[in-house]
Amino acid sequence: MTSGTSGIDERLAGKRICIVAGSGGVGKTTASAALALGLAAAGQRVAVVTIDPARRLADSLGLEELGNEPRRVDATVLEGHGIEMRGELWAMMLDPKATFDGLIAKLAPDAATRDDVLGNRIYAQLSSAIAGSQEFSAVAKLYELDRDGDYDAIVLDTPPSRNALDFLDAPDRLADFFGGRALKLFLVPGGIAGRVMGKGTAVVFGILKKLTGVNLLDDVSVLFRSMGSLIDGFRERASAVKALLSDPATTFLIVTSPEREPVAEAIFFRQKLREAGMPFGGLIVNRAAVLTEAEMTAPAAIHAALRDDLGDALAAKVAAGAEDLQILAARHAAAIERLRSAFDEPDPIVVPRLDGEVQDIDGLLVLYRHLAGRSNST
Amino acid sequence: MNTLLERRLLVVTGKGGVGKTTVAAALGLVAARAGKRTIVAEVAQRGDVASAFDREGSQPFEEVELAPGLFHISIDPQDALEEYLRDQLPSGVVAELLIRSKVFAMVAAATPGMRELLTVGKLWELAQLDRRTPGADAYDLVVVDAPATGHGVAVLSAPRTFAAAAGSGPVARQGKIIDRMLSDPEQIAVIAVSLAEELAVTETAALRTSLRERMGLPLERVVANALDPDRYSPREATRLEPHAAHPAVARALRAHRRALRQRAQLARLRTFTDQAPVRLPLHPGGPAIELLADELTAQL
Repeated sequence: MTSGTSGIDERLAGKRICIVAGSGGVGKTTASAALALGLAAAGQRVAVVTIDPARRLADSLGLEELGNEPRRVDATVLEGHGIEMRGELWAMMLDPKATFDGLIAKLAPDAATRDDVLGNRIYAQLSSAIAGSQEFSAVAKLYELDRDGDYDAIVLDTPPSRNALDFLDAPDRLADFFGGRALKLFLVPGGIAGRVMGKGTAVVFGILKKLTGVNLLDDVSVLFRSMGSLIDGFRERASAVKALLSDPATTFLIVTSPEREPVAEAIFFRQKLREAGMPFGGLIVNRAAVLTEAEMTAPAAIHAALRDDLGDALAAKVAAGAEDLQILAARHAAAIERLRSAFDEPDPIVVPRLDGEVQDIDGLLVLYRHLAGRSNST
Repeated sequence: MNTLLERRLLVVTGKGGVGKTTVAAALGLVAARAGKRTIVAEVAQRGDVASAFDREGSQPFEEVELAPGLFHISIDPQDALEEYLRDQLPSGVVAELLIRSKVFAMVAAATPGMRELLTVGKLWELAQLDRRTPGADAYDLVVVDAPATGHGVAVLSAPRTFAAAAGSGPVARQGKIIDRMLSDPEQIAVIAVSLAEELAVTETAALRTSLRERMGLPLERVVANALDPDRYSPREATRLEPHAAHPAVARALRAHRRALRQRAQLARLRTFTDQAPVRLPLHPGGPAIELLADELTAQL
């Protein structure tokens, strides 16, 4: 089996933004880094935005010093790996909280409002508790980077999310939150607020205080009053961010391993993308056991062929290993078939199980060659 | 010291994609086979009570029997909140009023540590012999399919953090009671599932450290999952070398090198706990809970 006729480069032609999605542990971060490295080598100015990369991968890219803005990966880091770096690779580690804080600071009409919000006791908690706020921060950052126009391509490694919907819904949810009734209750001067604060809300806070011993009423009122001046700006930003997700220059890559749960989640995510009318750029099946024709030889035949050279016992071990691998490959092939039909995608990019973990430049390059369909070995 | 299955809570955690859920289910089966009435509790990893903002009413969480003596429940913080309010408030009308109140949902979401506390509170409730849930039977053992490592410890330490921050009131009091159970090694054991790969092992090491620092708990056992078979002795590997042109032998040599790398990672895992890691082989045909349970039984 080959990695297909159309590699990642063809699929991403004309795209500025590539969002790499998939469930935890399937290799999203390494795929994002490999893709960005490959695109940069081919001459583009690329930024890869990642969340919590593994230490050694981060080190190998010189990421350990990074803040919340992209920094250029030093060209010397990439030297001596048999590639010509014709473009530029930039990388950043996303800090969701700093991104959210930065957005608040930008939207606040004055320094006093900004400080009221950022210094509020419950703001930090609320900003991370709102469903999808981490996902929102990621897309908001993407939006800023894209708007600044410094990059030919931006690759986003999405946060590990239990529910793919969090990602697609994040802008709407945040907009709803900022435009919602609950928030408004605190904001209408006198009138409703006075009435509600006098009765229902006061009761709610009273009970909460009794149960928890924490009096949050003052903090909540102060926070929401100061947030009032941010609402319009925030909703505007949320809809701009949402528009970016369905922009023709944006595309989603879905990464999965050929195991049951990630496959189910990948299929679910594909369906949600379709429903939301968002662009799908390709499916990457990572760490699949892929066999050549010669490796499909029946275990008994392998045993017979090797018995003279290796002796009966050792030949039997090799045959048993081959049999295990064939069973694994058959299971993975079935998973890929299921993905093909669910995705209506005849030609997913299949990356074989590589020897060793991908955690350095060489590993990323090997991975990239597979993504690009330019590898001649499995 | 109580043996593993004599505890009240077994918390199974690990990096994403290591097979945590499968191992938790297999552990549950081991306990059920040993005659323990067991529930495997899956903790929703979404981490947002705030989904309450746009949720129309919610279905109460159900305890479903999967196999004789083995139950399953999925714990959602919002469900836990509603159950807690119904249980704690004298009037059902007030409880319903709060449950439907968006302001309340928002404030609950904004209260530091509340989501984790509600989740862990429900785990605690499941582990009580005298349960608060009306008409509910007691379990001998609760196996927790916990969130991925980092967040897993945050959930366990929530009652402690909350009690310290709140100071007084029923929740703080209850937080202390729950914390007493969660930090008692006679009642709880934390089990890390890991692959024999560098990243997963490093994350297991970090889990062990934060568990000790934040909960004063040891990492009880490590389960090394999805191991490739370690088939060849060094001499056999040497005999294979000259025949590497044969595709099956080439694969065998690759498998051997993979096994050697895994061996090195297993050696790291072995330093994390007193007892050797439980080794679960990769099942080429797909993980089978029954087989995994057999293997766990043999090694626990």
